[in-house]
Amino acid sequence: MLTGLLRKLANAVLLLFAVLVLNFALIHIAPGDPVEALVGEMGGATPELIAELRESFGLDKPLYVQIGHYLGRVLQGDLGYSTYYDQPVTYLIAERIGPTLLLVTVALLWAIVIGTILGVFSAQRRNSWISHLVTVLSLAGFSAPVFWIGIMLILLLSVAFPILPISGMTSTEAATSTIGYILDVAHHLVLPALTLGLIYLAFYSRLSRTSMLEVLETDYVRTARAKGLPKRLVIYKHALRNAVLPVVTFAGLQFGQVISGAVLVETVFAWPGLGTLAFESILRRDTPTLLGILFFSALMVVVMNLLTDFIYRRIDPRIKAT
Amino acid sequence: MSVTDTTPPVAATAGKPLPKPVSPSRQVWQMFRQNHSAMIGLFILFAIIVISIFGPSLYTVSPRDMVWMPLTPPGQSEYLLGTDYLGRDLLAGLINGGRVTITIGFSAAVLTILIGVTIGALAGFFGGRVDNVLMRVTEFFQVLPNLLFAMVVVMLFSPSLINIAIAIGIVSWTSTARLTRAEFLKIREMDYVKAERSIGAGNARLIWKVILPNAAPPLIVVAALSIGSAILFEAGLSFLGLSDPNAMSWGRMIGDNRPYILDSSWGVTFPGIAIFLTVLAISLVGDGLNDAINPKLRQR
Repeated sequence: MLTGLLRKLANAVLLLFAVLVLNFALIHIAPGDPVEALVGEMGGATPELIAELRESFGLDKPLYVQIGHYLGRVLQGDLGYSTYYDQPVTYLIAERIGPTLLLVTVALLWAIVIGTILGVFSAQRRNSWISHLVTVLSLAGFSAPVFWIGIMLILLLSVAFPILPISGMTSTEAATSTIGYILDVAHHLVLPALTLGLIYLAFYSRLSRTSMLEVLETDYVRTARAKGLPKRLVIYKHALRNAVLPVVTFAGLQFGQVISGAVLVETVFAWPGLGTLAFESILRRDTPTLLGILFFSALMVVVMNLLTDFIYRRIDPRIKAT
Repeated sequence: MSVTDTTPPVAATAGKPLPKPVSPSRQVWQMFRQNHSAMIGLFILFAIIVISIFGPSLYTVSPRDMVWMPLTPPGQSEYLLGTDYLGRDLLAGLINGGRVTITIGFSAAVLTILIGVTIGALAGFFGGRVDNVLMRVTEFFQVLPNLLFAMVVVMLFSPSLINIAIAIGIVSWTSTARLTRAEFLKIREMDYVKAERSIGAGNARLIWKVILPNAAPPLIVVAALSIGSAILFEAGLSFLGLSDPNAMSWGRMIGDNRPYILDSSWGVTFPGIAIFLTVLAISLVGDGLNDAINPKLRQR
């Protein structure tokens, strides 16, 4: 098991290294010369000054030296400097990561739990209303843009029936106590987490239904039934544990998409996380910040994949054996 | 037994011609036609495509001109769906935006399938080291958060229609590649492939002429569905402000009108319904195709 995990870890490091090389390559392939842009802002410069600028940025060195410098800096936690905020990108990301993690975790958790329950119920009763609900839900969830669902929910729950705040993470009047602060954040979290989760609810309910239907037809479930075990025990002990495996795998594999969804949902609700930061850096053409967010998100996906791999090994003894 | 005695078995039906064998694509169409939701999807999709092609020349109001009071609600002027925050006609925006949205959706999907099928076919056919390297590349693209990566590409290389389609294609092909690879791994061991190889068919012929046509059915379904995801993807990018400045698209209309939702809910509602209907229609057609091609998997 240990060597398996080590190999995964090495693979993860390699993937992140590749992301960095891609980042570097993209900046270099992209049209537009940073020094010329700078000179343009300064209102022109002599050729000597341009050469000096090139040298000070290390742009006169061969590409492999430049990429070495870049990798070395990233290893020290330096993702560059934001051209708009005039702050280190690492600092900006550290400031915004908390809200994003909160939003993504809450959204995924409720979607997975409710989605699995819906899927399990609808697998047992194929033509019940729950089964039809899962079908309609998954079609709607796959077809509507997540940011549009968010706006529609705002129109419904913040404008037509004003029970939830439109945007932000906290109210303008400062909360006086810790509990007050937590409640305030939770109140603001409901709409974005509901929106982001809806898409995955659609996905997980359909996935767990398919997986449950498959598991219910296997020999070990038939054996359990033939032994005369109570139906509930068969479903929740024998079938569900196996049916939940693909749900765990996909939670890891899909994490990149979850981050993409978070970018859109955060933008709609002005939730102060990485997604809003990404949106702002597009508006301000702040390339270092956007590339930093891309790298950091890839890091999160890799960590999430390792984590689900670990959980998978814990709940499926067959993998542990190999 | 003399030869003249033998009556060939066909003689019994000699008078009436044998029923023609039904071609596979005809069979699929017959199955598809019985699926009501798939036929509704096909009809909606057809209508949207016809409107996008002919609409702009029939309804000639420009989607960029200020034609009326800003934020006029639907039905209160000659402009049926009302106007947006700049007084632009929403209906004109929808009709012209459909053209852009659907064009990008189709071309990005073509690119997705092209990259995915090529990589998956090569990996599945050659196996071994080629497979290893190509699957690493696929894994790499799966790890990249696709929207953020597309945002970086579009921002660095200017948001033209072509760049947007390319960016979507580059980030969306991984699942197609995996599916193609799995199909190729399965089919390359079949007897008819071995037979072709033994009579001297080259690799190129085996890949494109022998295996690919047999791997096509599930890929057709994926291709149909990937048009839908490409449309959603484009909507997301243009909502974030990464759209061609010269082209109106549905996602961009939602992004443009979002700051004014308190004064005009219609400005965001109609373009959203347009996206929803289009992608829903594509999903219904895709599901119908899936059922028609794999009848065994129905009800799943």
